[in-house]
Amino acid sequence: MVIIGGGVHGLACAYYLVANHGITNVAVLDKAYIGSGGSGRNTAIVRSNYLTPEGVAFYDRSLELYGSMATDLNINVMFSERGHMTLAHTDSALRTMHWRAEVNKLQGIDSSVIDPRQVKEEAPSLDVSANTRYPILGALYHPPGGIIRHDAVVWGYARCADHLGVHIHQQTEVLDILVEGGEGTDSSGTGRGGKGRGGKVTGVRTSRGDISAPIVVNCTAGWASIIADMAGVKLPIHTRPLQAAVTEPVKVFLPTVVVSGSLHVYISQTDRGELVFGAAVDPFNTYDLRGSLDFTEELAGHVLELMPGLSRMRLLRQWAGLCDMTPDYSPVMGFTPVEGFLCDVGWGTYGFKAGPVSGEQMAQAVATGQTPELISAFGLERFEADALVGEKGAAAVGH
Amino acid sequence: MLIVPCPNCGPRNASDLRYVGEASTRPDPNATSREEWRDYLYLEDNTAGWLRETWYCRTGCRRYFSTERNTLTNTFRDELLPGRRTADGSP
Repeated sequence: MVIIGGGVHGLACAYYLVANHGITNVAVLDKAYIGSGGSGRNTAIVRSNYLTPEGVAFYDRSLELYGSMATDLNINVMFSERGHMTLAHTDSALRTMHWRAEVNKLQGIDSSVIDPRQVKEEAPSLDVSANTRYPILGALYHPPGGIIRHDAVVWGYARCADHLGVHIHQQTEVLDILVEGGEGTDSSGTGRGGKGRGGKVTGVRTSRGDISAPIVVNCTAGWASIIADMAGVKLPIHTRPLQAAVTEPVKVFLPTVVVSGSLHVYISQTDRGELVFGAAVDPFNTYDLRGSLDFTEELAGHVLELMPGLSRMRLLRQWAGLCDMTPDYSPVMGFTPVEGFLCDVGWGTYGFKAGPVSGEQMAQAVATGQTPELISAFGLERFEADALVGEKGAAAVGH
Repeated sequence: MLIVPCPNCGPRNASDLRYVGEASTRPDPNATSREEWRDYLYLEDNTAGWLRETWYCRTGCRRYFSTERNTLTNTFRDELLPGRRTADGSP
């Protein structure tokens, strides 16, 4: 079988296919190098304090796998369980925080609403006075959240999968997915039917030749719609860049991850002392990864609203990653109308933290041929069944 | 910043406009099937390349207009106000 996309999702899926199910006949293809997409561009934050019960259960399993990853994969992933704080600047945001906290507590997640005085204790550099434009009214505090070294996660999965017999092909671009028997147009000219609903995957065509495979898993981000289109599957996804930035290193002063949905900013400090800033997705669809000055201006303004003491900090660089946004801020996972074509896509702004559990669950789906309970809510069919999973606890959502 | 060409107001910063999304034709709700309606509501082409899309000139003329943009390079062509048609006749 073939996995398209050598990021944390694709490599985790390959690893769990071997480790949990003994399936070793697996190739992972990436058109660039492993971890070159979203896996190396995210802000490395992990947490499980989501809003929907489906989301909470899912991301909590991911956090569990991240917790034991250093031992499981024998690599130092530098997991820093430093706590995660989502600030509320309005009454409605505070109400959502209470809602989230109660959903979280019900499922055994350590999560609670704290007041501005406690916010100040956790992160003394925050301005919690009432005289700001967006005063901090409280926060959702989630001690198990934290940051982890995203490159090590990719390398850990890649190394273990490689040792267990998985083939990883970098610089191998998928040009087409070979499908027979579908109701779409027959582009192959073999007379065995076309792509789309009712079809069956027979392999992939790459820049380095064809691979025959009955199962193809789409684990791409940014290119998910294009890959799915090759199999004749249309997705409810639009692609937008998310920009992030990092400052020059200073002494460590910020002990937790700080997020503000209203100000569209999240801040953490790496062990090297750099401050990592992330923002919301850009306001229009594009595959272009160029950064923009208005992002930098807005980001800097918002950071200074929260932490006025940072006014002399200097940005080191900024970058962007592509986010596949779905209408309900939940992913598209599992089987599709094309037999043998599975998707693990639509990861918007929350793909990195879901990497391990997605790999585990997709591997189980492939091995058993059944959709696992944990991801049953995230299927493509939910859009036809009107069963959307409105995940308002996602990073891109302003409250 | 992305500069968006409004057919009325000329080039303007993207922050002056609201992005509505890729252009699609709304099927007749009384004549469409459930699947077609879901497709219209949720599914997107998400084209990498030239894409016909709709913008709203929020702080300028406050008109909706349609344009083609290359989503790989963010260059624009063929801006149209409502009611006008493209060279190939599509709305």
